[in-house]
Amino acid sequence: MPNRTGRPDDSATSALATDRRSPEHLTSAVAWYRQMVIARRFEEETERAFRRGKIGGYLHVYSGQEAVAAGFLAELRETDIFFTAYRDHAHALFRGASPGAVMAELFGKVTGLARGKGGSMHLFDVARGFYGGYGIVGAHVPLAVGAAYALRYRQEDRVCVCFLGDGAMNSGALHEALNMAGLWGKEGLCPLVLVVENNEYAMGTSVVRSSAVTDLAARFAQYAIPGERIDGMDFFVVRQTAARVIADVRATGRPYAVEALTYRFAGHGAADLFQPYRTKEEVDAQRRRDPILLLERRLREAGVLDDATVARIQEEAEQVVAEAVRFAEESPPPGPEELTAHVYGAPADA
Amino acid sequence: MPELTYRDAIRAALIDAMERDPTVLLLGEDIGLYQGTFRVTADLLARFGPRRVIDTPISEEGFVGAAIGMALLGLRPVVEVMTWNFSLLAFDQIVNNAAKVRYFSGGQVDVPLVIRGPNGAGVQLSAQHSQSVEVFYAHVPGLRVVAPATPADAWGLLRTALRGRDPVIFLENAALYGTKGPVPDGDGALPFGRAEVARPGRDVTIVAYSRMLLVALEAARQLADEGIDAEVINLRSLRPLDGETLVRSVAKTHRAVVVQEQWKPFGAAAEIAATIYEGAFDLLDAPVERVTGADVPMPYARELELLAIPHEADIVAAARRVLYREGR
Ligand SMILES: Cc1ncc(C[n+]2csc(CCOP(=O)(O)OP(=O)(O)O)c2C)c(N)n1
Repeated sequence: MPNRTGRPDDSATSALATDRRSPEHLTSAVAWYRQMVIARRFEEETERAFRRGKIGGYLHVYSGQEAVAAGFLAELRETDIFFTAYRDHAHALFRGASPGAVMAELFGKVTGLARGKGGSMHLFDVARGFYGGYGIVGAHVPLAVGAAYALRYRQEDRVCVCFLGDGAMNSGALHEALNMAGLWGKEGLCPLVLVVENNEYAMGTSVVRSSAVTDLAARFAQYAIPGERIDGMDFFVVRQTAARVIADVRATGRPYAVEALTYRFAGHGAADLFQPYRTKEEVDAQRRRDPILLLERRLREAGVLDDATVARIQEEAEQVVAEAVRFAEESPPPGPEELTAHVYGAPADA
Repeated sequence: MPELTYRDAIRAALIDAMERDPTVLLLGEDIGLYQGTFRVTADLLARFGPRRVIDTPISEEGFVGAAIGMALLGLRPVVEVMTWNFSLLAFDQIVNNAAKVRYFSGGQVDVPLVIRGPNGAGVQLSAQHSQSVEVFYAHVPGLRVVAPATPADAWGLLRTALRGRDPVIFLENAALYGTKGPVPDGDGALPFGRAEVARPGRDVTIVAYSRMLLVALEAARQLADEGIDAEVINLRSLRPLDGETLVRSVAKTHRAVVVQEQWKPFGAAAEIAATIYEGAFDLLDAPVERVTGADVPMPYARELELLAIPHEADIVAAARRVLYREGR
């Protein structure tokens, strides 16, 4: 298969990380399992709502990649901040944004996270440290570098996480930003964790067809940023990596990059129906490594999850999403006064 | 009222803001150790240290983007672009991020960012170093675009920029850095969107901004010798544009000449003329004239460069035409 970049196959997942975890971590992992189930249900519902014409524009769903955002956001403190690209629904949900407000944003309602003015690609929840989803590939990375600098400039003990896709790895904005991050990091002024969500594709262009060097983690070295590649399907691996990396970045103020190998199960966007760039066999093989099923299996093996709990969680997810849809449906659209609101801040009192 | 150069007025406004407000910091290529290409930031590195006066790599997109990130976190970065020509490398950051993030976040964030540096024609710097970029940015909602013509403008507009909550495109002009003028002792902040009547007159309104104000004022002196009393408007700000002052002036003079250094098609003068037509069509006794740069990339040869930019004589001729003093 010409697209493959040498990633772990079905059997070669990392050693059972659960064994070494404390009981609290296992309880918390069940909570994160629940979050991931909700996010998956949420995305399935957004695809249906798109087909029903309730959601317009672009819709990029996150199904298959849940362990990456969940693992990192599980380790972020409340005061920490993050940026991401346009595939941002799960990030918002994992950070505690109300599912109703996320769905309402996709429905273009004034009760949405961005008052219906951002849509799927621009979810924002600044009160929770979520500085937004951005639509220009790679162009949010410089913002995250500056934000990280600002945190250290203010002598705050906070870190910034920047999620990006494998497609962003070849944009000029990224390379300019990484160089500054590496440079500022030498002074301890860039507490930035870069999380490359390598789902193998940028729309239809696979990593091997876009990147001269496909070991993306290794490419950070030229900017004095350490990078490592991990299995992004395994929640425990992601979370343990996140804990270590975030602690290190917090302590040193130096950037660090993690390439999480993951996969998107759906098309690039809701309009990508035929996916001529990959085979059904490939997708099916990846689905066998579904991060939610993997986590479920681990938690069952550790004895903290059973059939009854799984059923209850699925039922809850169903309810949460149904409630989100109801909220979105019943919410009003933005009124005409919203059209011109928020273009400018209040003028400076000269 | 102290006399300051345009350069020192900008520098003084930066120092004042940095002394008052620890969130103000500067970024740009060679603004620190090198002291700034046009020396606007001279000695600031020694004064405020490398965390506040940041020498950046040649990465316009990167450092403008980083400054936007800083602004999102409540800092007040001032970016110096070595010249506005190079801002085009950061065009995406300015247009797609700085201008829009407040809106698409539903008002959750401010972007209190100032981007400043020299704009416009240089001295035989040819095509890639002599552009006027104002229209590129003035077209975009979410940005504020100002172009000081005098040291008092530079001081006052920068003070306002450093207090606002929006990204400001602050267009200086290399040929103006050494010009001198009075700068108010006190606050002197100038609100955006308010033009100045730089020279009152009765017969014709000449509208200009940035360096073209000086050319327009000289043209007005020459017109006075012919008995034509021109009113000269210093726009100061292109977005927002002060339509009221334009209309009030035309209500008095009934004739208007609009001057800009940049290319004519789709230029600032077109917008200004349209604003006059919309607000004062019935008051006009002649079509609005536009005096603009030639519609060519800036040539190198001195003779050609002089042909490419507007001069006093062009304004004088246009004023005569709107007054029907000479064949059209
Ligand atoms: C600068 C830019 N070029 C092209 C696009 C169109 N586009 C949108 S998403 C995308 C693929 C990006 O892939 P990746 O960064 O790997 O993210 P993923 O979709 O896999 O999450 C492209 C080409 C864009 N949004 N921005």
